[in-house]
Amino acid sequence: MLKTFLNSLRDFGPARIIIFGFFVFLCITAVTLQLDLAELLTSSLVRIGMWGVLVLAMLPAIVSGIGPNFGVSLGILCGLIGGLISLEAAYRLEDTFSFGGGELFFAAVLISLPFALLAGMAYGWLLNRVKGSEMMIATYIGFSMVSIMKIAWLFLPFTNPEMAWPIGRGVRVQVSLVNRGIARILNDFLAFKVGEVIIPTGLLLFFAFCSFLMWLFMRSKTGIAMRAAGDNPRFSTASGINVNKNRIIGTTLSTVLGAAGILIYAQSYGFIQLYEGPMFMPFVAVAAVLIGGASVKKATITHVIIGATLFLGIQVVAVPVANAFTSEWASMGEISRKIIQNGVILYALTQVGSGD
Amino acid sequence: MKKQISSQKLKTFTTNNMVTIMFVVLSLLGYFLSGMNPFLFLLDIVNRVSRNSFLVLSLIIPVMAGMGLNFSIVLGAMAGQAALIFVTHWGVTGLPGILLCMVLVTPLSVILGYLTGRLFNKTKGQEMIAGLILGFFAQGVYELIFLQMIGGIIPMNNTTLVMSSGVGIRTTVDLSRGLKYGLDQPGAGWNIPNLLRPTLPWTAAAAVIFGLVAYLIYTRRKGVRLSKPKLVLMILGGVIILYWSIYQIQSGSMINSIRIPLLTWFVILGLCLFIFFFFRTKLGQDMRTVGQDREVAAVAGIQVDKVRIIAIIMSMVMASWGHIIFLQNMGAFSTYGSHEQIGLYSVAAILIGGATVAKAGIGHALLGVFLFHTLFIVSPAAGRQIFGDAQVGEYFRVFVAYGVIGVTLAMHAWRRLLQARSKTEMPEV
Repeated sequence: MLKTFLNSLRDFGPARIIIFGFFVFLCITAVTLQLDLAELLTSSLVRIGMWGVLVLAMLPAIVSGIGPNFGVSLGILCGLIGGLISLEAAYRLEDTFSFGGGELFFAAVLISLPFALLAGMAYGWLLNRVKGSEMMIATYIGFSMVSIMKIAWLFLPFTNPEMAWPIGRGVRVQVSLVNRGIARILNDFLAFKVGEVIIPTGLLLFFAFCSFLMWLFMRSKTGIAMRAAGDNPRFSTASGINVNKNRIIGTTLSTVLGAAGILIYAQSYGFIQLYEGPMFMPFVAVAAVLIGGASVKKATITHVIIGATLFLGIQVVAVPVANAFTSEWASMGEISRKIIQNGVILYALTQVGSGD
Repeated sequence: MKKQISSQKLKTFTTNNMVTIMFVVLSLLGYFLSGMNPFLFLLDIVNRVSRNSFLVLSLIIPVMAGMGLNFSIVLGAMAGQAALIFVTHWGVTGLPGILLCMVLVTPLSVILGYLTGRLFNKTKGQEMIAGLILGFFAQGVYELIFLQMIGGIIPMNNTTLVMSSGVGIRTTVDLSRGLKYGLDQPGAGWNIPNLLRPTLPWTAAAAVIFGLVAYLIYTRRKGVRLSKPKLVLMILGGVIILYWSIYQIQSGSMINSIRIPLLTWFVILGLCLFIFFFFRTKLGQDMRTVGQDREVAAVAGIQVDKVRIIAIIMSMVMASWGHIIFLQNMGAFSTYGSHEQIGLYSVAAILIGGATVAKAGIGHALLGVFLFHTLFIVSPAAGRQIFGDAQVGEYFRVFVAYGVIGVTLAMHAWRRLLQARSKTEMPEV
């Protein structure tokens, strides 16, 4: 009994145990310091819901064999384009139609779909040509696309005064969603209170819904074929599964989830962040899914949910705890995030060769 | 027959050096479109080449040892910054200060290089992404030490360096009172500002004459002659530069005020010679073998893991010195941001110079620094001329850096995949 427990601890990995221990330590400290637990819980739930779908986007990528999708910033950019087009359309058609926040949000998701599908397929095609180095290529494709979009944001013909700079060219760095009623539209949907804790029902429901769709998909014929292709490409080819095609399916799915994910994130945050914003977001999502127990080659929905909860929970709790100790430790939240996030990715990379 | 061969040669030359050629074209275009003043351009490019070359040279050894592009030089850069902070705190200035920095940072870089090497040995095949992520991780640790521990857990009583709250180094460190130009202007301490700082035209003329003498000695010694086209190009180039230098000196133009930091260039030359001779030593050859094929190297009795670690240690030490050279020229640095772009810009530079993930040389590094920084200088001005917005130029040059790396990585990975495939599909003889 003890032996299996110790074995599963070793599988879990020293890095994850340290992180879990740190989380428990933070929670205990928060209680001891008599911090506002309700506030912390509410913030945690919101943060988990915000990032949920972005972390979920890692799942099809890992399962189909291309590893954690460091290039999900591609999908994020598609989502941002969808959001901007939706806002621009709302502005241009202002005199004839008036759109509610929810309609604009779903319109944004729908508009970003064709972009995400095209981008995902092209990206998947590229990744098929660089098997073995997907992670590095993904990272730099992501960086390059964010960089080139920085130039594009300066030139795209958006006229909505909330989006475009009044003087000079280009879109603003942050586009506010508050005025159109999009901000927190999911969060506040059916939100209810449990004591002092506000549960962002709409947000969590949407995350759960996406996870459920993923779960169904993984059980479908395509999903099983995709997992086989990622697990053992040679055997799959011998069994008649087109490995390349399934990798492209995985990449496209990941990109689409990335597009939806950023829109969920933006509505919760209240702003669409352009320019430098999407540059380092993939690393957060990758770290989250790895913390949850996934490896570079294996991931399940449980990993996504546990990982998101742990990683984002730490982020939320660390800041007030550090603040309560001493005001000079204000940056500890951000620093601990950097250390944990990158530390866990490094740990996962060292486990690649040992064939888990 | 001769024509066919030379057109074939031209074709292969062009495809192999596509990136470099494209960059030369882009830089020339950018220079003319920017309408930049040649004096300002030359002043800037001399400074940039002087301060960046050492860093870019530090990337050569890991590439030849088969570990790809060493993004973890960021750690060496951070070690260099740490040394600068402490030496500034202790009040040592000028050339002695810089030397003290280099002495201090070396053991730290050796340790960091050793740890990084161990990590790379555990992530064989994924060294580049591991290095990139390690850079991010190290930034977190660096911030932990310098933002949260200095002043508190690590006592430091210094109001210029430490923030007003008493904890954490300020966001900008100013070196102008101490270490600025420590290497570039070695005579500052003795009030000889232009010691070892000849002007550009004189340096150019001297270089041509020196090159001519060296060529004559080399060909006499080895009995080797350069091919006719190369010889013609070299003589033509030499004559043009000589004529230009003499013209500048005679006309007393502003260009005569551009000075070359000779000591810094000697240090860079020293590194070039070191790398050149290093690869002729046994260790250097072993490293090359490891770089080409780890298994063959192991079978030949080379301690692969140890050699890889040594390669990274060397690179890390060079990077830390290189960053010190970089910052003493800049004169001030952003404590928490200076090192971030070092990896990106150095890697982009060496790739533009013609290096690949598997092969890099001194020529690649130096040419790459020149081309990359030329584009860097002219982009904002060109952007302003064409689009009326310098910001476009700035975004463009960052995109170019990322794009060059992305494209090179993709092409290298693709080629490696094709090679592996053709190996397994080889027909049985």
